[in-house]
Amino acid sequence: MAVKVVESGLSTTVQDLGRPGYYHLGIPISGGMDRMALRAANLLVGNNEEAAVLEAVFMGPKLQFSVNSIVSVTGATMVPIVDGATMEMWTPFEVTAGQTLSFEYLKKGARIYIGISGGIDVPEVLGSRSTYALGALGGFLGRPLATDDEFNIGSASRKPGIGTHVPVELRRESNDSVELRMLPGLYWHRLTIKSQQSFLNDVWKVAPEADRIGYRFQGGNKLDFVGRKQPFGAGSDPSNIVDGCYPYGSIQVPGGTEPIVLHRDAVSGGGYFMLGTVISADMDLIGQLQPHTPVRFRSVDMETALEARQQYNSKTEELRSIFQ
Amino acid sequence: MKTRYAHGGDEHIFVEVDEEMSLEAFFKSLNLANSLQEEKINGVTEICPANASFQVKFDPGQIPPDEMLAKLKELEGSQAETKSVIDTRIIEVPVYYQDPWTQETLMKFRDRHQDPNSTDIEYAAEINGFNSVDQFIKAHSGAPWIVTMVGFVAGLPFLFQLVDRVRQIEVPKYLRPRTDTPKLTVGYGGCFTAIYSVRGAGGYQIFGITPMPIYDPKQEISYLTDFMVFFKPGDIVQFRSIGREEYESTVAAVEDGMFSPRIRNIEFSLDGFNQDIDGYNHRIQETLYGS
Repeated sequence: MAVKVVESGLSTTVQDLGRPGYYHLGIPISGGMDRMALRAANLLVGNNEEAAVLEAVFMGPKLQFSVNSIVSVTGATMVPIVDGATMEMWTPFEVTAGQTLSFEYLKKGARIYIGISGGIDVPEVLGSRSTYALGALGGFLGRPLATDDEFNIGSASRKPGIGTHVPVELRRESNDSVELRMLPGLYWHRLTIKSQQSFLNDVWKVAPEADRIGYRFQGGNKLDFVGRKQPFGAGSDPSNIVDGCYPYGSIQVPGGTEPIVLHRDAVSGGGYFMLGTVISADMDLIGQLQPHTPVRFRSVDMETALEARQQYNSKTEELRSIFQ
Repeated sequence: MKTRYAHGGDEHIFVEVDEEMSLEAFFKSLNLANSLQEEKINGVTEICPANASFQVKFDPGQIPPDEMLAKLKELEGSQAETKSVIDTRIIEVPVYYQDPWTQETLMKFRDRHQDPNSTDIEYAAEINGFNSVDQFIKAHSGAPWIVTMVGFVAGLPFLFQLVDRVRQIEVPKYLRPRTDTPKLTVGYGGCFTAIYSVRGAGGYQIFGITPMPIYDPKQEISYLTDFMVFFKPGDIVQFRSIGREEYESTVAAVEDGMFSPRIRNIEFSLDGFNQDIDGYNHRIQETLYGS
């Protein structure tokens, strides 16, 4: 095997761009939470942008290589070390057979992406190599990496971009405080006007329970609901609905207390009302939020959401053009 | 029933056929979701039917949200009548009610429950007016159920009982969700039974466990080799109460590849059902258990 896991980090998983098409069976798309950083990690080492990389959260793994490889690290700020020597992020570097890749402490953001030329070679399941840990599906045996795991890497499709950098303006910097743009809707009308306003005005903080399924927020005012007789089948709490589907990025608030934004390993549905959805262009940003980061939700309209999406896509095009 | 359309950000549209649960709302939303599937619209990436609603995920670069919305409304308008007959199957699911494993789990989370001094099934029996847990189990494993949604986690079915409204069992969800639920727990929330396909968090009341796996990502279990998820919307289920001995022998049979669920093909007609609920259920059960 090409790479051996000496230390696994906190939760390091194999991810690619995901597994669309099975959400109706409760199998979410999965894949990298910061897709732009994942694409960059691949392009830097000469992989197709949809190849499988490692996503590590808060703490990097320690990996021993037994083949010469080209590696890149993107996403959160966490300096890579090869046998004691620090390497640069957002640019490819060599790791030769026998060397060990490890990481300094996390400085900014939450998730790094480790691209290896050739891509992580685990079997495709339902068209993707992404790990969906809750369903024990895909990735490395359906779970995060553990000490002493060994995996292979594939053969590179193109020459790595040695000497190339991802320009700063294409790196998603995570700031000390963050604004997430959301489109109100779904069951927004269930809230009183006062609670609609307080939700948008309050500063929320990322809760410790924040993972690939969803990010929980706390610290804002409890939300009040417009009175009604609960519909048959919904359940007695005013935050309950007849179980329906949850959009990626949708914001549910069980009991009206702590908002949860669903992410790439989302539960596909359930019985809590949703007050709106974070726009697609801001989803990557959530993947880089640390617990306790202050966050405000800003209400935008569809036009703004589509413009932001267009800008995001232009950045992706720009990134690709560097490696053509 | 009045259909409500709502944007879920720039990539989803949520179509709520009705706020409350009914077989009529389920059939209508399933029909709409199926018709949309047949349209094969460019840019549509996921169509997810739910109990009384469905959701579409699409690429707004290929089909703008307002066009997607117009398409959906047009589709609803073009459906003069809800097709209320489906070709489906009936499946027997054995349940070991009040098993030691779910009992142990629920005892760990009494502080999150409405009634810390009783078990989930005792609580459910009482608030639904049953004199005993045995009576409750008789009702739960009496009339058959229909799968009205698959989701939450991989392969988890939501089931709605085929009885009239007055006989529907209704329970609240836990005050705060549990952090653990054993795999294959039979749970209940709102008016739905759920079978937890994987171990994990959950907010439904928990009543028992089935020895019959319904999700196998490795696709090794004999009846899950073709596809890893067992259930689909429209499947009909008959629960059967079993004891510890049969539970354990079934678990062993599953492991040895010797277990296959009892399944019969069947046609379900909503009109036929509504005309004579008990008679219709009786015929469904005859199909399942007849030779």
